[in-house]
Amino acid sequence: MRKFLLGAIAATTALSPIAASAQTEIQFWHAFTGRLGELVAAQVEEFNASQSDFTVVASHKGNYSETLNAGIAAFRAGEQPHVLMVFEVGTATMMAAEGAIKPVYEVMAESGAEFDPDAYIGAVKGYYTTTDGQMLSLPFNSSTPVLWVNRDAMEAAGVDPDTDLSTWQKVDEVLEQLKAGGEDCPLVTAWQSWIHLENLSAYHDVPFATRDNGFAGLDTELALNGEAQVAHLAKMGEWAKDGKFIYTGRRNEGGANFRGGECALFTESSAGYAGIKAEAEFDFDVRPLPYWEGVGNAPQNTIIGGASLWVMQGHEAEEYKGVGEFLSFLSSTPVQAKWHQDTGYLPITAAAGDATREAGFYEANPGTDVAVKQMTANEPTANSKGIRLGSFDQIRGIIDEELEAIWAGDKTAQEAMDSAKERGDALLRRFEQANK
Amino acid sequence: MEKRVTFRGWLLPLCLIAPQVIISAVFFFYPAGQAIWQSLFIPDPFGLSMQYVGLGNFEYLLSDKFYRASFVTTAVFSVLVTLASMIPALFLAVLADRLIKGSGVYRTLLIWPYAVAPAVAGVLWLFMFNTRVGVVSWYLGQLGYDWNHVLNGNEAMGLVVVASAWGRISYNFLFFFAALQSVPRSVIEAAAIDGAHFWRRFFGIVLPLITPTAFFLLVVNVVYAFFETFGVIHTITGGGPQQTTTILVYKVFSDGFVGQDLGSSSAQSVILLIVVGLLTVLQFKFVEKRVHY
Repeated sequence: MRKFLLGAIAATTALSPIAASAQTEIQFWHAFTGRLGELVAAQVEEFNASQSDFTVVASHKGNYSETLNAGIAAFRAGEQPHVLMVFEVGTATMMAAEGAIKPVYEVMAESGAEFDPDAYIGAVKGYYTTTDGQMLSLPFNSSTPVLWVNRDAMEAAGVDPDTDLSTWQKVDEVLEQLKAGGEDCPLVTAWQSWIHLENLSAYHDVPFATRDNGFAGLDTELALNGEAQVAHLAKMGEWAKDGKFIYTGRRNEGGANFRGGECALFTESSAGYAGIKAEAEFDFDVRPLPYWEGVGNAPQNTIIGGASLWVMQGHEAEEYKGVGEFLSFLSSTPVQAKWHQDTGYLPITAAAGDATREAGFYEANPGTDVAVKQMTANEPTANSKGIRLGSFDQIRGIIDEELEAIWAGDKTAQEAMDSAKERGDALLRRFEQANK
Repeated sequence: MEKRVTFRGWLLPLCLIAPQVIISAVFFFYPAGQAIWQSLFIPDPFGLSMQYVGLGNFEYLLSDKFYRASFVTTAVFSVLVTLASMIPALFLAVLADRLIKGSGVYRTLLIWPYAVAPAVAGVLWLFMFNTRVGVVSWYLGQLGYDWNHVLNGNEAMGLVVVASAWGRISYNFLFFFAALQSVPRSVIEAAAIDGAHFWRRFFGIVLPLITPTAFFLLVVNVVYAFFETFGVIHTITGGGPQQTTTILVYKVFSDGFVGQDLGSSSAQSVILLIVVGLLTVLQFKFVEKRVHY
């Protein structure tokens, strides 16, 4: 049976048309569709046109989770791509798979391509480096949460749209005014765990998990039931009860409400820029994510979300040389600056940020540099470097469930976070055992 | 006197059953065997290493109160889906059976929803009941009812049940309708002459005569509710809020493909296999006794 199957596979492979060229092919699997998909295709095309030794073949493999699954399944079948896009949540899974991945610093050293680890922005790079500073994967698309403001809605409710929204204390007052002014949806959010727990923790310099948020080892435990987190969620629970915070779902469902002009304030990724700019028929602006005055070391810095590029094991040295060239091309200043300006994602190198500023982009598009400033304001600490947990995708699911219990008024913030810790820790222990 | 065809030799009968045996072996026995084997290990996602844990995966699962709660959720969900898809189907079939003109059109229209894939049906219902932009939730809002299935577990359960049962009504309708057509007219006419009114005839004669079909549909619908409603749940609730719509098969998916925990996921599919096996045996043992062929 097995022989027969192998034969069949061999036969179909032999029949498939193979481009008759001496170019080395590099497989690149990503998770982008729509506008982002077009921009990735353009990058790949530009790289292919810029040299004649390698051809990068980009394939879309579904959403983030599906792309990671496709990569894992392909690796098990010995058919893995050279470069795989993995969202930040999958970082610990990839790191633990030492036999499956080839660290980027190694690829770059062997390929001889241009690579300066210091050129990358610390807060972006930090998420994907080992504790001793070696880069494991190349940051590709990174964003950070900011506060989006519907200025027209503020005005309609009788609130000065230029009012200070830098702290949650001030936002609290504004929400009260918005509600009193007849606004039905004062505040809405996307990605609640990422923004209101993970980033909240980093921003106030309190741990989200022990062992440097999981960077220092697999024996990490969640610490999200700390004082700062519980106080914030308790306040949000109150807002939810008073109709000041409207819950719309676990992902970015709230974006539709905000872009449709229904909501006044919206906490969402800086990469929401493209969509909001295209759809919003109202006057909007971008503010830094608010923080609680007097809690922790706020404002420290926020952390990133998005994806990075991992290089998979099991290919020829010649092919890795091409991978090195491609990654080096992606990090180059013009490519990065264009990506940053087109998408609202952060530039991964400081040079790309400078080039964007010099080109006058930030002046022409006010607010687009808020995310960059917020990320780079301070040198990241152990609590704000990033988060590295196994089974993180599922832990986020647990957190979502517990947060829903707070919004529905079924649990207090403390009860919900204690339960999230207990359930999440069980998954962390499973992950630790699986990767011994 | 039974009629039986006997074959001489064994080669021909073997050839005749071979396709079915091969298909079962490749698509059922081999994967099921793999699942049982894998349920004894905790592997890493990439298959680089595996640790033997014996029944450790089962212990881990059964000590998890959310997993145990998922059994209750599944039971509630399956019963509701089965009832919500069979009773309206029977009612519609009875009505269609009594139609003299236009029954063809009526029938065709009723069968259409069956052609809609579960995931698409899920999205359809989700749009109608979307908490901010849904048509139905807007009307409910006008009536003073605040529909919010993203936070209210009962509403979420109701929504996935309706979305799962909706397409299934067509399928059940088709079978009930065929069964009703095959009930001999003479028996019904005789009862009518004896003065039995419609519902008396229905419960006394028609229903007992269509029990084989009803039993078949019961088994098929329970299996459907257990395994095939995945798409609906994935698109509408993702198992939430707070796991109120996480049925067993959805948990297999989320642990295996979101959590990459293949050991736990395999152990769950083994448990699911046992549960459905037991359920089918029970159905045949107890319900079938009341079925008249």
